[in-house]
Amino acid sequence: MLKGKKMIISIASGKGGTGKTTVAVNFALSLKDVQFLDCDVEEPNAHLFLKPIISEEKKAYIPIPEVDEGKCNYCGQCRDVCAYNALAVFPAKDDKKGHWLLFQNLCHGCGACRLLCPQGAIKEVDKEIGRIGIGQSYDIQFIHGRLNIGEAMSPPLIRQVKQHINPTKTVIIDAPPGTSCPVITTVKGSDYCILVTEPTPFGLNDLILAVEVLRKLQIPFGVVINRADLGDSGVEKYCEREGIPILMRIPFSKKIAVLYSTGIPIVQEDPSYKEKFVRLFEHICQTYKL
Amino acid sequence: MKICVTSEGGNLDSKVDPRFGRCKYFLFVDTETLEFEIKDNVSANASGGAGIQAGQLMATVGVKAVVTGHVGPNAFQTLQAAGIDIYIGASGTAAETIENFKNGKLKKADAPDAAKKSGFNR
Repeated sequence: MLKGKKMIISIASGKGGTGKTTVAVNFALSLKDVQFLDCDVEEPNAHLFLKPIISEEKKAYIPIPEVDEGKCNYCGQCRDVCAYNALAVFPAKDDKKGHWLLFQNLCHGCGACRLLCPQGAIKEVDKEIGRIGIGQSYDIQFIHGRLNIGEAMSPPLIRQVKQHINPTKTVIIDAPPGTSCPVITTVKGSDYCILVTEPTPFGLNDLILAVEVLRKLQIPFGVVINRADLGDSGVEKYCEREGIPILMRIPFSKKIAVLYSTGIPIVQEDPSYKEKFVRLFEHICQTYKL
Repeated sequence: MKICVTSEGGNLDSKVDPRFGRCKYFLFVDTETLEFEIKDNVSANASGGAGIQAGQLMATVGVKAVVTGHVGPNAFQTLQAAGIDIYIGASGTAAETIENFKNGKLKKADAPDAAKKSGFNR
């Protein structure tokens, strides 16, 4: 790790609804000199708790192909190189003219079709996929992405949100649920990942998948068990067996649920949690920082 | 006339696969001679664009019509651009379906009748 560079810590889960945002928000509020990124761009919600003042909003785009039908000879090279099946091309036949069809929602904006078109018939045009909001909450620098409604592809927006990472601050990243591309795009490059889970068979099943992802990406991680006094002991046993550190156990508490439902971070009402998160941060830094 | 029937198996006694883009097999059939050719649907498990790939294949093979159970929006748009007729609501065996097609008992689709990805992992 470079000298002066601070930790990038992402909060992920596998299963949705385990408390990622609760942990991420309260963690961020407990630390000093923090930048917070909400990368759950399909349903960002950290702003409901951090209540940032958004001072700048930028549109986010991906490049999608547009064909010049005057130059296109319908050879189909663009279709053949498209890894996402986003193009269909039919040559002219009998009295019918040729067709070049783009399915925008499948296009990842990789640019292969433009690069490899033998006729130079394809150019790229910007398609708006979402917005990036930049602001301030207390002394936290806040950035989130909001994917446009109906848009299927979140990784390009997540990458653009992550371009705002400020390495001189401690960066806390709220990840989307799941274990597929959006999560991988989000946690890639993190120095550490906190996996929030719940002690249920669903929580365990998805935790195991998330652990596999992080091991593959070689990102060190630990587990926070939310609603730890409910459910069964499967998660605890799994973590013990696999040598995964359990960083914190948050009890099932009506007080926490009520605070959540009104958008109030726990640490603002119960300072003992602030201490717990500070200790958690110190533990991570001591264990994983050079 | 050369048509394509989506099928769950590799012969004319096989059941019609109700999905187009994500069917198991394509049976390319000459409706006069009943001679046919089987092709695996290699895109059946694609994460996206299976209907587009299937539609593209129909144009390459040069069928005049596709006969299946249901067709999704991307496949519909692709087949329409390729000028291929789409007949939906087929059930029973491939042989029965070809007979029904020849007797004009199948409905020509004028719009997609299935949602995106609805044939995935069924």
